[in-house]
Amino acid sequence: MIANLDYGTLQQIWWILCSVVGSLFLFLTFVQGGNTLLWQVAKNDVESALVMNSLGRKWEITFTTLVLFGGALFAAFPKFYATSFGGAYWVWMLILFTFIIQAVSYEYRKKPNNFFGAKVYEFFLLINGTVGVLLIGAAVGTFFTGSNFTLNVYNQVSWTHPLRGLEAAFSLFNLSLGLFLVFNARVLGAMYLLNNINFSAMDAFKERLRKAVWINFLCALPFLLYVLVSLLLMQGFGVDEAGVVSMVASKYLLNLLAMPLVLGLLLVGLVLVILAVLATAFKGNDKGIWFAGLGTVLVGLAVFFTAGFNNTAFYPSKVDLQSSLTIFNASSSPYTLMVMTYVALGIPFVLAYVAYVWRQMDSQKLAAHEVVDHEAY
Amino acid sequence: MVDVDLSLVNWSRAQFALTAMYHWIFVPLTLGLSVLCAMFESIYVRTGDEKWKSLTKFWMTLFGINFAIGVATGIILEFQFGTNWSNYSWMVGDIFGAPLAVEGIFAFFLEATFFAVMFFGWNRVSKGFHLFSTWMVAVGSNLSALWILVANAWMQNPVGMAFNPETARFEMENFWAVLFSPVAMSKFTHATSSGFLLGSLFVVTISSWYLIKGRHVEMAKKSIIVASVFGLLASAYVGFTGDEAAFEDAQKQPMKLAAFEGLYKGEEGAGLVAAGIINSSKKPGDSQKPFLFEVKIPGLLSLLANRTLGSFVPGIDDLVYGNSEQKVMGVAEKMKLGQLAVADLAAFKQARQEKNEGAASEALTRFTANKEFLGYGYLDTPEEAVPPVSTLFYSFHIMVILGSLFPVLFLAFLFYTVKGKITETRWLLPLGVLSYFLGLVAQQTGWIVAEVGRQPWAIQGLLPVKMATTNLAVGHVQATFFMFLGLFTLLLIAEIKIMLKQISIGPEGL
Repeated sequence: MIANLDYGTLQQIWWILCSVVGSLFLFLTFVQGGNTLLWQVAKNDVESALVMNSLGRKWEITFTTLVLFGGALFAAFPKFYATSFGGAYWVWMLILFTFIIQAVSYEYRKKPNNFFGAKVYEFFLLINGTVGVLLIGAAVGTFFTGSNFTLNVYNQVSWTHPLRGLEAAFSLFNLSLGLFLVFNARVLGAMYLLNNINFSAMDAFKERLRKAVWINFLCALPFLLYVLVSLLLMQGFGVDEAGVVSMVASKYLLNLLAMPLVLGLLLVGLVLVILAVLATAFKGNDKGIWFAGLGTVLVGLAVFFTAGFNNTAFYPSKVDLQSSLTIFNASSSPYTLMVMTYVALGIPFVLAYVAYVWRQMDSQKLAAHEVVDHEAY
Repeated sequence: MVDVDLSLVNWSRAQFALTAMYHWIFVPLTLGLSVLCAMFESIYVRTGDEKWKSLTKFWMTLFGINFAIGVATGIILEFQFGTNWSNYSWMVGDIFGAPLAVEGIFAFFLEATFFAVMFFGWNRVSKGFHLFSTWMVAVGSNLSALWILVANAWMQNPVGMAFNPETARFEMENFWAVLFSPVAMSKFTHATSSGFLLGSLFVVTISSWYLIKGRHVEMAKKSIIVASVFGLLASAYVGFTGDEAAFEDAQKQPMKLAAFEGLYKGEEGAGLVAAGIINSSKKPGDSQKPFLFEVKIPGLLSLLANRTLGSFVPGIDDLVYGNSEQKVMGVAEKMKLGQLAVADLAAFKQARQEKNEGAASEALTRFTANKEFLGYGYLDTPEEAVPPVSTLFYSFHIMVILGSLFPVLFLAFLFYTVKGKITETRWLLPLGVLSYFLGLVAQQTGWIVAEVGRQPWAIQGLLPVKMATTNLAVGHVQATFFMFLGLFTLLLIAEIKIMLKQISIGPEGL
């Protein structure tokens, strides 16, 4: 069946698959958000250890999802991979830098003779959860605001801004999206910790986490509203039937209206996040992470779909509209997409065993006595 | 085409080499130690002996410290193809990206998911599921090696694809040809078995140190027995797959073979240089002797390269300037055809832009006749096709000499441990302590042979590295080079200090 799919369908399937991986990554940034809460919610060594060990058992899943996101884009949309990573050099390099320092921090933080001291490793995690997530948001924002590149006849990229991608962080829209993701990750992080830790005799700790859910949601709200309103009002990068890119008024609003399912994903996602926040902050519910997590995934899907579908350039160039990338001009060949689609049939199996192991490991909440021995993070 | 700044190419190469070499300090140990941990735990589960559990946990602690920095240094490699080699990424993303995506889906998730169980699941899951998880981490680690090595092998021996002049890129035509190419299989088996070998050396090194100090003697002996048996088998397999790798080099990358053997003039019944000192002033085509001193084993290189004793092995001069008698086409001739292909491709693109279909069709026909030489059209001189001979010669010979020592070492450790005399064999234990570091040298030199030997190509014969880079100002790459140099060095210092402390603490109760 897959072998019979036409090229356009395969390209759309792969945009959906990349969007799913990207959106799952946004949900899994609860690890990054949780990192940044350490100083605010943990007031003694045991509480710190609980936060670190709870998140430390999941960081690799987030990290691996990011790596898969990169690999999937490389295989399915190599022109995007080449243009964005090669062009917006510094924004990606700094994002990677923050993930490099994250990767050692859980394992090394509490080990004796660790050279930097625990505080430095905790600072590394803070950098990852703030700068890293913010820059990812800024990079995603360029899907709507555009970037400064041209492609020659051989599709080789020339970046026209001296900051090589970092200029994305100076756009109010991109910055707002980045800050929203930072605060949303903190909301998710607090919800995850509430769900994952055994708080017996630690009521104050639990209350601080509940408060963090609400405060960080309030912090996220203005940025979310700014992004949403801007998105609905801004000009977008439309593509006509001949493949010519032009600026279209209210393009993303038109996209949402033209794709009611995507609008539905956005609205349901937002409602789920808001309900989860309210239930967690005011109703004593500890399962908010699953609803807010699902909500984040749905919002992420809506964002990626709005950027890529309905005759839209998903990686537009501000300086040369015709260099803009669409899911149809940036993808791999039909053969590669077909092979990769067969490979993707394995994804449900992978998700199933990840979920099974997650359940096995988390069926009992993490207790204080488990995080005090030398084997713990 | 964008003009290429050679200093940019060199800094981009330096950055990739830096990050790859740092990464390869940790990865082979992960490959080997993950399997050894699974073996140790299997013995524990089978015997129920708590001492084996304690032993397993000790080696797992060291595995975890190494694993973290391996992951940290690895992420940059994947994304660096995009950041620093964007032309390459666009031109071959169809083929090269697919194995990386498969690696993420099937290998990294195995590692990432079961890693948490391996370290924190002792009291949360059953004994059997824990053991299963440890094996899954080992399988996942080695599966990830498969996919990245398939990708690397394709760069050495591009198969299963065709050049599409419409898009000016290489597109995959046969996934199975890419996956099961003989070069991919030999790379995978050679690299993973060398990882098993290094993991075994690591266990021998630390155990030897304990025996010298008289600490944790029982644990050290138990560890040595398992590691020596595993290491002995692995080193035999490394030798076998190494021979296969050299044969593949001779068939697919004869310039690499000629360079790492310092062979300038091709010969029938060529001898293998067992040891030698390269004449560093020797250049292709001149009349100087290639070696200041050499010891050759007659006929062996022909046997290694072609599986036939008297066969002809082309030298660097034959490959650069051609040898009509042996039907070897030289680089100079390939360059002429390549330059035609480059010009015809440009004419084709121009005609297409001008919507002149007749001219486009003619240009395409001319291009198709010479397209296999396209990459050679970007070389400036025939001599550019020669990789650095001294670097390759010494790297190859150091790797082979060290690789030949390790089975003897494992055999000696196994013999004296089984005989119960290992603690009294004082001459052997310092060698054991040194052995892991020698293994690291062999690992690094092995990769130097593989990657420096491919130069000047990013994709053998098709795309030179100078055409593969991102169009960046060199200052950006210099900045990130030093950023990674500083960061990775600091993290390495931290890793070593933590590792030494854990080794000094030792296993509990043993």
